[in-house]
Amino acid sequence: MKLTRRQALSFSTGAIAFTIAGMRIGPAFANAEDTSAAVQAFSGGAEPQSGMMTLKAPEIAENGNTVPVSVTVESPMTADDYVESVAIYAEGNPNPEVVVFNFTPMSGEASATTRMRLAKTQNVVAVAKTSTGKVYIDKREVKVTIGGCGG
Amino acid sequence: MATAKPRVKVPKSASAGEVITIKTLISHNMESGQRKDKEGNAIPRNIINKFECFFNGTPVFSCDIDPAISANPYFEFTAKVMEAGTFRFVWTDDDGKVYDTEKKIALD
Amino acid sequence: MNLIRKSMVVGGVIGFSLTMGLAAQADPDEDQLFIDGKEIVTEVTAAPDSPFETLYSGWRYRSDETQSLQADDFENPGFGAVDQAIEQFDVVEGAAGKSCASCHEGGAEEFAGLRAKLPRWNASTGKPETLEHIINECRTERMQAEPWKWESKDMLGMTALIGLQSRGMPVEVQTDGEMTPWFQKGKDLYYTRVGQLDMSCANCHEDNNGNMIRADHLSQGQINGFPVYRLKWSGLGSIHRRFKGCMDNIRAKPYKRGSDEFVALELYVASRGQGLSVETPAVRN
Repeated sequence: MKLTRRQALSFSTGAIAFTIAGMRIGPAFANAEDTSAAVQAFSGGAEPQSGMMTLKAPEIAENGNTVPVSVTVESPMTADDYVESVAIYAEGNPNPEVVVFNFTPMSGEASATTRMRLAKTQNVVAVAKTSTGKVYIDKREVKVTIGGCGG
Repeated sequence: MATAKPRVKVPKSASAGEVITIKTLISHNMESGQRKDKEGNAIPRNIINKFECFFNGTPVFSCDIDPAISANPYFEFTAKVMEAGTFRFVWTDDDGKVYDTEKKIALD
Repeated sequence: MNLIRKSMVVGGVIGFSLTMGLAAQADPDEDQLFIDGKEIVTEVTAAPDSPFETLYSGWRYRSDETQSLQADDFENPGFGAVDQAIEQFDVVEGAAGKSCASCHEGGAEEFAGLRAKLPRWNASTGKPETLEHIINECRTERMQAEPWKWESKDMLGMTALIGLQSRGMPVEVQTDGEMTPWFQKGKDLYYTRVGQLDMSCANCHEDNNGNMIRADHLSQGQINGFPVYRLKWSGLGSIHRRFKGCMDNIRAKPYKRGSDEFVALELYVASRGQGLSVETPAVRN
């Protein structure tokens, strides 16, 4: 640890400017209410259950531009009983919608992975809908870091 | 975006009833519509808004995509293979362009 | 007044977390990198004249999620540009009616080993040359085509494709002979404090590698993976773009891409990674 006190202070000053600028011109972000309204619309109002779906995302993302996210739903994936779709929402983004995965019995498994953008530290929510009318939910908080010098 | 270029990875063969993993990636900026140019004007949204996968013409998997998907969108998913055939992959751009590619799979 | 008070509170919190971050030692991890079953050397014992005992690739400082993007060429988003460059290699451009493949009939594979030895001495210009220089010399002299811009998509794709041919080979740049004054110039630049923050490359990448700079894990600043796909950039970027970014961060006036200063710095920084594997195109945060 060889940073001088003066250098440490310089860092702080830069960070303050960044923070204040962020507060002043920050765009309007979605929030938990917007997301829950979107979840309601997607699920048709059915009460979501937890436990059957796993949402995987890093606890800490090194960069919000590319955050890996996976969903897996336990399901027989037969013509009579399969997961129709899984929607992913980000509570702290300008718009909560991220992606909707649509499965068929030919998918074999209700499992998919993609990479998403997260504007800041926030909750990511996944909601699954089955052909039999069941709705599942899972949620993870992802911390989005800001690199050195705010860069 | 004329330079969008798809890549897909499908096993060359599978046994009947096997569930295989498919990986896809397309080079695309995914302009979110949230950014501004140097003059402060909003840069219009231009993203891949839909991705679909078919096997011998039947839908296997698809995505409805929002601007929160990262640049160079990557999708990994599964398919249950019952017979030999051809997977077809289709990406639809906001600007109306459609990019597609195909991969064959044999039965072991 | 309110604003000032708020600033002080924020400053206090950030100052505290910076101190905490720096106090928490976070050395490179122990992970090993294999791509298609081939080991990429991310750790080597440094030469006696190195400021380090052990050299570590920047890959070792990244999170598991970022690391895994580089371990599989399909998941590595930099390969979209490589695919495009493979097509570009056969495209005829310029008054001479040639493509890259007109001369290089063996394809990009002919360039195996080149990336590991760059920058190298160019006797006809009397200067060291980078991969960007070599490509543009081909374009203007042999193809009689327009040179590519340093940070253009075409240039980044082609430097990635050519660099990939040396992946896994150890970095081995010449620093003596004609290169001596350039090496010395690069070294001087590396240790010279510049900008409003009054910092040199060494303050972060030599004195504090392994420590956290806010939420970022500082690496040794190795350049064996360039051009790299950086998550922040959502695309490939050159070594000189990275240098410019660092200089911007310390509020200094950056040199231009392709300038003598950045070429000298590229030579010196490359020499600090002698023996590490070429990783082009690497993935970083």
